[in-house]
Amino acid sequence: MADKKPILTIKNLYKSFGALKATDDVSLDLYEGEIHALIGPNGAGKSTLIKQISGDYQSDSGSIHFLDQDLAGLGVAERARAGLGRTFQVSSLALEFSALRNVMLAVQSKSGSSFKFFKSVQKDADLIEPAMQMLKEVGLEGRADIPAAELSHGERRQLEVAIALALKPKAFLLDEPMAGLGPAGSKNLTGFLDQLRHQAPILLVEHDMDAVFALADRISVLVYGRIIAAGTVDEIRGNPLVREAYLGEEAS
Amino acid sequence: MVNLSRENGFNFLLAAGLLIIPFIAQSMDEPFGITLATRVAVLALAGVGLNLALGSGGLVSFGHAAFFGLGGYVAGILAHHALNYEPIMLSPFEINGTTEMLIIWPLAMLVSGLAALLIGYFSLRTSGVYFIMITLAFAQMIYYFAISWPAYGGEDGLPIYLRNTFPGVNTMDPISFFLIAYVILLLVIALVHVLNNSRFGAALQAARQNDERLSAVGIAPFNIRLVAFVISAMITGLAGALQADLLKFVDPSALSWHMSGEIMIFVILGGVGRLFGPVAGAALFILFESIFGGMTEYWMLFLGAVLLIVVLFARGGLVGFIAGKARHG
Repeated sequence: MADKKPILTIKNLYKSFGALKATDDVSLDLYEGEIHALIGPNGAGKSTLIKQISGDYQSDSGSIHFLDQDLAGLGVAERARAGLGRTFQVSSLALEFSALRNVMLAVQSKSGSSFKFFKSVQKDADLIEPAMQMLKEVGLEGRADIPAAELSHGERRQLEVAIALALKPKAFLLDEPMAGLGPAGSKNLTGFLDQLRHQAPILLVEHDMDAVFALADRISVLVYGRIIAAGTVDEIRGNPLVREAYLGEEAS
Repeated sequence: MVNLSRENGFNFLLAAGLLIIPFIAQSMDEPFGITLATRVAVLALAGVGLNLALGSGGLVSFGHAAFFGLGGYVAGILAHHALNYEPIMLSPFEINGTTEMLIIWPLAMLVSGLAALLIGYFSLRTSGVYFIMITLAFAQMIYYFAISWPAYGGEDGLPIYLRNTFPGVNTMDPISFFLIAYVILLLVIALVHVLNNSRFGAALQAARQNDERLSAVGIAPFNIRLVAFVISAMITGLAGALQADLLKFVDPSALSWHMSGEIMIFVILGGVGRLFGPVAGAALFILFESIFGGMTEYWMLFLGAVLLIVVLFARGGLVGFIAGKARHG
């Protein structure tokens, strides 16, 4: 992998909330075609880090480069347009809109300006067809017309993925996509993400260790805002620091 | 839950009812009825403006009187200069007043829109209660400025001695003026309908539902909201210009927070985010005013009770009560 250029490079990133160092000198990168998993106990700062990358939080210091572009100063929307496709830890959808219209919003953003005032979106095949295609990819085409508020928890997670797909991102930021899915749902999504890495690399925050070990090319372990270990699945499994800090009984 | 045809039917009844009333009033030799219907049309238009911000965009502006009043003052000031043959300014070039509605309206919309651009640029960085208070504060600033500026009547207001003119129409004829206001109302409602269904409308409604989601797909909510706020203000400003011509008078009360509250009441009574909600709301308001206003000066007490009932038990307002919950395709 050394000959490839990373898609996403994070260098010496810091973020404090008062006395709490939520992100403490974090560096990591994401290469084409890989799934890089970010694991760590609750409160380790995984979500803070994701929010620094997505643009919700501005970093205190350090740099984030994405496709050779410095992301400093860019807002959430600009970073999304630059090609960061993101799913939320807790589903974040336009709840009154149907599943289809949620995806159409992403297609609309991808296809250019939203300052188009006259043509009705309800009949706009340029929006509807690609959106429907994305729903099919996640297996939600039968629920296209259901308002997001009426979808089940699992369906909402699928919808989040469909929206991220519709953005045709250059990298995915997936914040606990398995959260709250049953075993069958997790297994399905694991298979799906396994393929997805060929479309764009994935920075995956996940608590489901079966999924992480099945999917990840590399793992970074975050504890109290610091990366205490990084490496392949086997290296992380064998790392005594990680066992102690995080995996505990689970890994034995 | 959804009954779109029912809502369309109710909207049609509202539109038809509002159109018929002035003609009935005229045949019964009750010209005051024409004025009432015209007021409904003008106030409904102000509400349609606010409804774009409040209903579609979720922007609870408590300062829309600023735009209503500015529109009114544009009409009043232009007419004042034209009727007194005083240019508005001489250098660097001469600008004269006008009594031509077709010039007054775009200018009223331009001034309201520019004010909204400025107010929105600052206030849209906040949300919730802060947004409400900042829009209120801006509107009050303009209100006190109007009161303290003697050139255009200050507290006493500015009379328009002759109603402004429209090519080919005798605007002094109450029915003709009603029809002008009515046609504008329906055209603007049609425009808002188109906007709501466009890509812009989709982004605006998404910003109301979940701005985090909208940002995450790469659309900055601030820009969308700012444009919506400006369009909304332009519509309310146009209504203000019509109101000035209807009353042949404009005074600072058009800018006061009472007015902002009234416009909001039209929207809430009729149904927030419903296309014809402001028409239903303004009609209800004027109906209450003319029925109970004659009996007691405390008629607002009844209105308040109705508003309370709507807020507590019928969130969709009158339109929602009749046609059921709103739906997005």
